[in-house]
Amino acid sequence: MTIATFPPEPKPDPGWSRYFGFCTDAKVIGIQYIVTAFFFFLIGGLLAMVIRGELITPASDLVDRAVYNGIYTMHGTIMLFLFIFPVLNGLNNLLIPTMIGAPDMAFPRLNAVAFWLVPIFGSLLIASFFVPGGPAYSGWWSYPPVSIQNPLGHFVNGQGLWITAVALSGVSSIMGALNFVTTILRMRAPGMTITRMPVFCWTALAAQSLQLIGLPALTGGAIMLLMDLSFGTSFYRPEGGGDPVLYQHFFWFYSHPAVYVIILPVFGIFSELFPVYSRKPLFGYLYVALASFIIVGLGLIVWVHHMFPSGVAQWMRNLFMVFTMLIAVPTGVKVFAWLGTIWGGKLQLTTPMLFCLGGLFNFVFAGITGIMLATVPVDIHVSNTYFVVGHFHYVIYGAAVMGIFAAIYHWFPKFIGRMPYEGLGKLHCLLTFVGANLNFLPMHPLGLMGMPRRVSSYDPEFTFWNVVASLGAFLLGVSIIPFLLNMVSAWIRGPKATHNPWRAIGLEWLLPSPPPEDNFGEEVPTVISRPYGYGTGLPLVEHQDEIERRLDLQEASAA
Amino acid sequence: MTDTTLTPGSVEAHGQHSGHNLTGFIIFLCSESVVFLAFFSGYALLKTSALDWLPPGVEGLEWRTPLVNTVVLVSSSGTIYLAEQFKARDNMALFRGFWLLSMAMGAYFLYGQAVEWSGLQFGFTSGTFGGTFYLLTGFHGLHVATGILLMGLMLIKSFIPGNYSGGEQGVQATSLFWHFVDVIWIILFLLIYVWQ
Repeated sequence: MTIATFPPEPKPDPGWSRYFGFCTDAKVIGIQYIVTAFFFFLIGGLLAMVIRGELITPASDLVDRAVYNGIYTMHGTIMLFLFIFPVLNGLNNLLIPTMIGAPDMAFPRLNAVAFWLVPIFGSLLIASFFVPGGPAYSGWWSYPPVSIQNPLGHFVNGQGLWITAVALSGVSSIMGALNFVTTILRMRAPGMTITRMPVFCWTALAAQSLQLIGLPALTGGAIMLLMDLSFGTSFYRPEGGGDPVLYQHFFWFYSHPAVYVIILPVFGIFSELFPVYSRKPLFGYLYVALASFIIVGLGLIVWVHHMFPSGVAQWMRNLFMVFTMLIAVPTGVKVFAWLGTIWGGKLQLTTPMLFCLGGLFNFVFAGITGIMLATVPVDIHVSNTYFVVGHFHYVIYGAAVMGIFAAIYHWFPKFIGRMPYEGLGKLHCLLTFVGANLNFLPMHPLGLMGMPRRVSSYDPEFTFWNVVASLGAFLLGVSIIPFLLNMVSAWIRGPKATHNPWRAIGLEWLLPSPPPEDNFGEEVPTVISRPYGYGTGLPLVEHQDEIERRLDLQEASAA
Repeated sequence: MTDTTLTPGSVEAHGQHSGHNLTGFIIFLCSESVVFLAFFSGYALLKTSALDWLPPGVEGLEWRTPLVNTVVLVSSSGTIYLAEQFKARDNMALFRGFWLLSMAMGAYFLYGQAVEWSGLQFGFTSGTFGGTFYLLTGFHGLHVATGILLMGLMLIKSFIPGNYSGGEQGVQATSLFWHFVDVIWIILFLLIYVWQ
């Protein structure tokens, strides 16, 4: 093994067409995932605008009540199953192989199949807008008995399509998870022991393990729901001896851990980015890494906190309340580690760093309301109100989506080979942060005042905070414009990126930008130290100076 | 400049490439077992909380014929193990023989299941008892059928010369899958037929 021929001669650009076909290259699949996810993000966002437009006045005046039910159901479903999961899988595809020095994923064809299922079930879900009776209207959690009603009697109905799409999404995610876990376990670069692995890979491993444990339960529950809806069984039908609460157990056994599937990779992103832009090693690397798995363990035994008002036994409520609060410990370890990383660092307030700081702020806020919600008496008081809606939008949009934007700005130069524009990026960050807080903060007082979620009309005393929230939502809508403008123009004519524009440490930054198809190929460098050696002068890999010198030479000769 | 030599570890890392299939398959089986776990716990929950568990006119399940089926299916775990042992000793004739025997035992189990289904007094819409009974046995039956198909595929592959010299992950994976199906059936048999 030598690095004699590294880096390889750049090949001519294979062109756009591969992005539209069955391509097995993880880097192409990653970009396919992210672009598809943002396509659905725009649809889900449009639905959110309709919801906030409806709620800007107390009366139900913009859309029909039944249509409103369909709109919030589809908003939630699209944002989770067609935006967040695909965009994270896109990042996994781009980052995992390059970060661990693998040429590709362990099962490239399975990887491509997993991706192509996304547009298939996406179309299925969108198609449900056009079937008689409209789309599913029972909320994104689809509780029976509402979700097993089929008033029009058509075999093909919105709810049936919804269940099928969610089950297919589960199949796709399981395929992805199998691939990511196997790749991380079996294909790391020589010398990269598990305790030398970047935290993003740790969190990806943790999140994908959760997918493998949790998703089958939801899929099983969904099969039974579909049979109740379409084939006359009575698993969840009380009049046939069934138990609707059983579905809630299946649903939340997966869908609570799903929150950690979303937020764990974002913890990984924070852990990667704070050291880069603070020029300091990650504080407490091993504890941050291990805390991910404590979150996995605890995350699997807290699902009943979604069901406190569903008639579960008091001992169960108490037990699950305690477990839920315990999650604050490993999460707190991470938050303090990031603060310790930033503390005394030479902060560089680039777009990705600003997104991380904003995301961290929102996450801490969401964590505090999370503890409130875990408390049984508070939860029963605010259950099904806007307090819950505010809480999870802070987690999902305020923290996770901001972290995802940070990752996109940070790794865009690496995988596209061009630099995004800082000015537009900072504008995007400002609009997102202000918009998100303006949109989601008013939901907390609304919930405490008792405004229920999933209603299209409300008592006029709630008007003020709803107007503020709607204005915030429209600002969030506007915030996407500089983002899209930035991405498209930077991709087409942004300045060429060097192999390491942020002076970051990691195997992916020792590859040309964009990396060649098989990354390091046969010439994977040997890792000799832990990641995040900022300011220590320790090289990450053997012959690091030589590799960097050659990359500089190649860039100089290309320019 | 001189060639800079890296440790030989990286050669191995690439040599292992084919080993990923088995790792991936084991992870898949762990994940698949959660579907059954969900169905089992659903069954137990519905059964313990039911007022009238059995549909009217149904006395309970006949367990003697299913027990025979169980013995056949569980013994096929032994025959497939023997087949694997013969393959390891390059005795392809005995490997194919025992492999085919395992397939036949699986098929007999499915046949027995079909006969049982056709003689039952209740359908899958007969309350939660009927629903869970057909869901559990049907979902398991689907796995048995998949196992037989996989074994058939591996049998055909064994006739391709040189195909099994070294890389026999398909055989290992199929055999693992078959043991998995058997273990699931034992739990299922205890839950449905023994716990009445």
